[in-house]
Amino acid sequence: MVTLSSDSRNIIGRGPPLGAGLFFLGLVSVGMMMLDHRSNYLETVRLWMGAAANPVYTVVQAPHQAWSWLTGSFADRDSLRVQNSELSEQLRVARVKLLQFDSLREENVRLRAVREASAGVGGRTMIAEIMQVDVDPFRHRVRINKGADDGVFLSQPVLDAFGIVGQVVQLDKYSATLILISDAEHAIPVLVNRNGIRSIAVGAGDLNKLSLPYLTVESDVKSGDLLVSSGLDGIFPAGYPVATVTKVERNSADTFALVEARPLAQLDRDREVLLLWADAPVSAPPASDKTPAKPAVTTPTIAPATTPTTTPPPATQPRPAQATPAQAQPTPPTTQPPPAQPE
Amino acid sequence: MSDGRISRVRVTGTVILALIFAVLPLPEPVNAARPDLLLLLVIYWALSAPRIAGLLFAWFCGLAIDVLKGIILGQHALAFLVVAYLTHKFQLRMRIFPISQQTATVFMLLAVYQFIVFWLDGIIGQPVTTWMRWLPVISGAVLWPILIAVLDTWNRRNR
Repeated sequence: MVTLSSDSRNIIGRGPPLGAGLFFLGLVSVGMMMLDHRSNYLETVRLWMGAAANPVYTVVQAPHQAWSWLTGSFADRDSLRVQNSELSEQLRVARVKLLQFDSLREENVRLRAVREASAGVGGRTMIAEIMQVDVDPFRHRVRINKGADDGVFLSQPVLDAFGIVGQVVQLDKYSATLILISDAEHAIPVLVNRNGIRSIAVGAGDLNKLSLPYLTVESDVKSGDLLVSSGLDGIFPAGYPVATVTKVERNSADTFALVEARPLAQLDRDREVLLLWADAPVSAPPASDKTPAKPAVTTPTIAPATTPTTTPPPATQPRPAQATPAQAQPTPPTTQPPPAQPE
Repeated sequence: MSDGRISRVRVTGTVILALIFAVLPLPEPVNAARPDLLLLLVIYWALSAPRIAGLLFAWFCGLAIDVLKGIILGQHALAFLVVAYLTHKFQLRMRIFPISQQTATVFMLLAVYQFIVFWLDGIIGQPVTTWMRWLPVISGAVLWPILIAVLDTWNRRNR
């Protein structure tokens, strides 16, 4: 039985009536939800309230950070040496790859200039650490330790060393929440790297699985194909690896094939991720970012669903289309709101 | 007078602990069944110190959960508010309930809370339909007698 603390006598007939409080605060919360959901009016509010919540995160993180500091400072010589040799090996491999990169980049810039395409390659990145806090056990969301103060913006693409991880959905001053590409509410426009077939990879609520529901049975996809981002959404820059196709099931009675892919990014093992500021066409896409209108993921995906049927001759067609995603003239799908909006 | 202040400190302290518990990373199998400790505290303080822990207090607690874990602001705040309203409404009865009956009532309140959150999730268009989302109701009801025992002992000693 709950004991009454001594300060709470005289509870009846004091203060405003209970029903009025419920009504008023209920109205406030409903209004708040509408403002937050329908538009982004509450972005600034969230910015500061999230900042106020920061001490909680600091406390929760403290034991974990202390532990990693301890293990870091008392790591023995041997393991450090092994790690060092591994890293220098990786660096050597990366250097060799990089040798070609400069010349390829030059060539790419030249070719793009010839075709008057504006999509940039590369961009500025920043490393963010994934915080060891629980966000939601049923959704694929993680929190990172970089926020608006570091220049992070909503719908910013996030990568790791192997591919696209997700995008920023919530933002406060010192931290941000990411939605992973495997979340059931997330979709990302991709193209098959081998032949340029466009489609949309929808999260399946499973860290190791994406599904591609809009590929017809005739489309030329096979297991092992690499899927890269197509850049049609104006959120994710074109050409970054997303997933590899793991399963293609064609039932001739159906219109669409059952295609599954496995994300390349190490969604369950990452400690650190890369925030990406894409290069050249940034001036245009933020305009579409600022008015996300938060559409249901399924609505915008209807339009691009028809595109795979008109499979173009390999790799020639889609390129110019996705080169200028912001202008939205060349391809009908881009007139839709960005398909990768998480909500 | 000083007693009121001490109660206030106590309420704030427990709320901060509950907020930390809400975001504490737990191992995978337990994580889905994480009890809503803050909600249990709101119910407890609404019964034990109703003048300190009114509707506004509950609403702010819910808002804090929204900031820490929510999809949109106001969702958990509304659910907390409704639970606090019901608790205040039945406060005089709930306080004299035997512990088993009280636990059953708390179970109902937690179910109401989860239902509101679930319902609002659906309205937003991001429903979580797995049955696991109802686990916190059970774990919360199991936690209730323990919480009562601990907090009551503590409160009596510090009276």
